[in-house]
Amino acid sequence: MDFNFTEEQQMVRDGLSRLVREQYDWETRRKAIASASGWRPEIWAQLAELGILGMPFAEADGGFGGGPVDAMVIMEEFGKGLVIEPFVPTVVCAGGFLKHAGTAAQKEEHIGAIVAGTRVFAFAYAEPKGRFDYADLETTARKDGAGWVLNGHKAVVIGAPWASHLVVTARTGGERRDRGGVSVFVLAKDTPGVTTRDYVTVDGRRASEVYFENVSLPAEALIGAEGEGLALIELVTDEAIAALCAEACGAMKVAHAMTVDYSRQRKQFGVPIGSFQVLQHRMVDMYTAYESAVSLTYLATLRLGAEEVERKKAVSAAKVGVGQAARLIGQEAVQIHGGNGVTDEYAIGHYFKRLTIFDAEFGNVDHHLKRHVALSAQG
Amino acid sequence: MNLEFTPEEQAFREEVRAFIAENYPKHLADFGMREDMSREDMLAWHKILGKKGWSVPAWPVEYGGTGWSATQRYIWSEENARANTIMPLPFGVSMVGPVIYTFGSEEQKARHLPGIRSGDVWWCQGYSEPGAGSDLANLKTSAVRDGDHYIVNGQKTWTTLAQHADWGFFLVRTDPDAKPQEGISFLLIDMKSPGVEVKPIKLLDGSYEVNETWLTDVRVPVENLVGQENKGWTYAKFLLAHERSGIAGVARSKRGIARLREIAAKETAYGQPLIKDFDFARKVSQLEIDLAALEITELRTLAGEQAGKGPGPESSILKIKGTEIQQRLTELTLEAVGVYGAPFNGGIANDNTNEHPVGPDYAQHAAGTYFNMRKTSIYGGSNEIQRNIIAKMILGL
Repeated sequence: MDFNFTEEQQMVRDGLSRLVREQYDWETRRKAIASASGWRPEIWAQLAELGILGMPFAEADGGFGGGPVDAMVIMEEFGKGLVIEPFVPTVVCAGGFLKHAGTAAQKEEHIGAIVAGTRVFAFAYAEPKGRFDYADLETTARKDGAGWVLNGHKAVVIGAPWASHLVVTARTGGERRDRGGVSVFVLAKDTPGVTTRDYVTVDGRRASEVYFENVSLPAEALIGAEGEGLALIELVTDEAIAALCAEACGAMKVAHAMTVDYSRQRKQFGVPIGSFQVLQHRMVDMYTAYESAVSLTYLATLRLGAEEVERKKAVSAAKVGVGQAARLIGQEAVQIHGGNGVTDEYAIGHYFKRLTIFDAEFGNVDHHLKRHVALSAQG
Repeated sequence: MNLEFTPEEQAFREEVRAFIAENYPKHLADFGMREDMSREDMLAWHKILGKKGWSVPAWPVEYGGTGWSATQRYIWSEENARANTIMPLPFGVSMVGPVIYTFGSEEQKARHLPGIRSGDVWWCQGYSEPGAGSDLANLKTSAVRDGDHYIVNGQKTWTTLAQHADWGFFLVRTDPDAKPQEGISFLLIDMKSPGVEVKPIKLLDGSYEVNETWLTDVRVPVENLVGQENKGWTYAKFLLAHERSGIAGVARSKRGIARLREIAAKETAYGQPLIKDFDFARKVSQLEIDLAALEITELRTLAGEQAGKGPGPESSILKIKGTEIQQRLTELTLEAVGVYGAPFNGGIANDNTNEHPVGPDYAQHAAGTYFNMRKTSIYGGSNEIQRNIIAKMILGL
């Protein structure tokens, strides 16, 4: 048993921490979010230079041979600075599909470009009526000669406005919600028949509704085996959940520290409000919730390579525990900041927004409690 | 970073598991509540471990400790929980023992440590008073020097299992004029001394687990003072940090959840096993998730300890979360047994010990345990006091 980070992981943490501190200050972030593109490609280029974008890929594929713990370290630092750049869609999701199931040609085509920072992906899995069920798909891919024809509508595809490529889930057989018959495709966003409606999200990112109308795809667009994509999707989204939990931990850590700090500065009745026991105990409850969230994030991260039931249980446990902590800490942080907590000017409200949106990403607390119950019944 | 045990640690687990299987008394294999047991039964495992040299694993080797790593001690407690053993009581092993070997005289070590290790001497704790609970420093029991003795007068309360105790460790006021924390001393008192009177307090579950302890002109030899006069508060704080480090009870709660799942598989609700009822199963899963978090938090604390950081204020988190989980576990177990939570003492009249209890066996102690476990968030520094400690020591408020 070992809870230490390697020297390399420590260096990654320090490097990212410096990058966020020096180049991701509040005003710069605010301007970037309000700009036409809504993000900072120059930061993405630096992440490539620092080796961050290549971290989780095997050396044989052009990466740096890192694992889930490296992704956790990276995401925690992103969470502290509310970094909006699309590491999870590009590196964890698209990278995950390619890494686990890509053909040699697909890896060759995409991974090098991801590592170099020249190709950005978005992961189009959610649908207006599918909620958190990855198999509840109305999007279809119909066989057409050697290739496929894609039709459907994907909801809230995070980072799609910045992406040149998409990974898309679609039904290639079976009935709606069947476990079988789900397939995964990779394509360029400018493929004819793909249209998007781009917008801003409440937590400062960009997303799109993505529409596919008779989009012709070659046979090579398929990732993994036809109709057997669900297990792969579950693996990759579990990896994404662990990464998002680490991001939430970073954001919670800062939100809690800001709140404790504010309670020391802010005076009422002639004394700092942090001297009131009623507030102290609430900040302690935030702290213990944060520590539990960190523990569950470790558990999920370290169980990503375990057998399926154990992995899913650990990941669902984390999504539940971190989700509950995120809600508690976000709401309490705003409450203790008083009126300032609900202004756009104070940073705390923006941490609150990110922690709020986190809940529904890849299944909310209720969904993962349900999954945990179902897995527990299996043994 | 990884969660795996080393091959050496796995081998250690096999060794202790085999030892428990071979040596744990068979007639104590499935006990209900410790409070109902005889003194001999409560001490049986302690005495076996004493002979083996395993009764005080956490102590320094020179005082009889095993020299196990924090991970090995964790495995040891896991295996004991798995076998549901009756572990040595904490008062000697985890509380006064460490105070004596850390602050006591050579004579005190020679006189008292062997009996704690062997389980021959039963210790109790004289801290709380009617007017000094969370505000422990407000204690009034006085010890006045008279030649080679202290004359002790006062009343202690919540003295756990003092009815069996041979010795007690007491906080007493030796300087009434000093600031509250600075006039307290740490005294060892022979419970058979004239003037010591123990009166049992009946608890919600009908048990007599705690007592009032009255001290009237009790003559205590000065050699029973631990460390320096008026420095007792320091030793008491040291002891409380020790007490908290084992308080999470993760391994026991894991076993409790497994048992709860068994009960919920046997109980029927709406025509199917209770565990299939989503509303109930959801609460069990939530508890299991919170316990998983606590387990990793405890392992992180252990890892820190192994790296040389003593149990610090973080142990307050373990106390709060651990006791909340223990309480929710007993709450869900009581919910699981439904109406059979109601019969007191299994519906057996006091004068008829040949009667069979009503309802399923697993329902017998559900309510009693639930009521009994309300103590956990109150003792050892209430959970509110733990929050004060975290606010001050960790958050710096």
